[in-house]
Amino acid sequence: MAETAGIVFIVMGLFFDLFGCLGLVRLPDIYNRLQAATKCVTFGTCSIMFGVFLMKGFNATGFKALLIILFLVLTSPVAAHALARAAHISGVKLWRGSVIDRYEEDKGKKE
Amino acid sequence: MNKPAGNGGTERHSTGAWLAGIALLAVLLAVIFFRTPEVPFFQDLPHMDLFRRCFFILFLCMALCLYRICRGPTPPDRAVAIDILGIVIVGFCAILAIPTGRSWYIDIGIAWALQSFIGALCLAKHLEGKRFDE
Repeated sequence: MAETAGIVFIVMGLFFDLFGCLGLVRLPDIYNRLQAATKCVTFGTCSIMFGVFLMKGFNATGFKALLIILFLVLTSPVAAHALARAAHISGVKLWRGSVIDRYEEDKGKKE
Repeated sequence: MNKPAGNGGTERHSTGAWLAGIALLAVLLAVIFFRTPEVPFFQDLPHMDLFRRCFFILFLCMALCLYRICRGPTPPDRAVAIDILGIVIVGFCAILAIPTGRSWYIDIGIAWALQSFIGALCLAKHLEGKRFDE
């Protein structure tokens, strides 16, 4: 039973990873790519880790998998936010179909 | 450091390139699902067919990330792709840990997650045009 649940979680995580990387290739703009890839791939890898935990059970390997989940959930949004901010500051333009840019407005207000 | 970088997401995809990409992806997925190649260092445990397919699908994910690293029009594109590649490799280490029966692959995953996070932050700082100690 635990093995079957683990396999279900692993397959779900694989599909999330695949579609996230597909979005990384396909979407037109760095901000679109970032928002597709980061969330999908983080959740997919967390799902794979939870599946590994279910298949291995309560031992050292399983708890290391849970530790990786905790670590990814804490660090991946921070890295994505820093990269998006760095891209905006270094002058990458938005896609021509984008409708709004709040960060640019905020930077205009400060000056 | 604040130069206007690249064409800012005006990359155009023609219909031919779109169809070629879909066809290539479909062929690769069909090969993975129906004619899965052997992986020599996997042991003979239950669910091995499933894990061989998982292994090659994660290889496909890494190939897509590498395409974005090579092709990416601006430097932040490459930085994002490097970050995503790190997260995919962490999942790959976890997939390797079960069918080979060697649980230290997960330790490699922990170390890789740490290094990938720190590397992404350093790349972001560098793209903003700051020094590393600011």
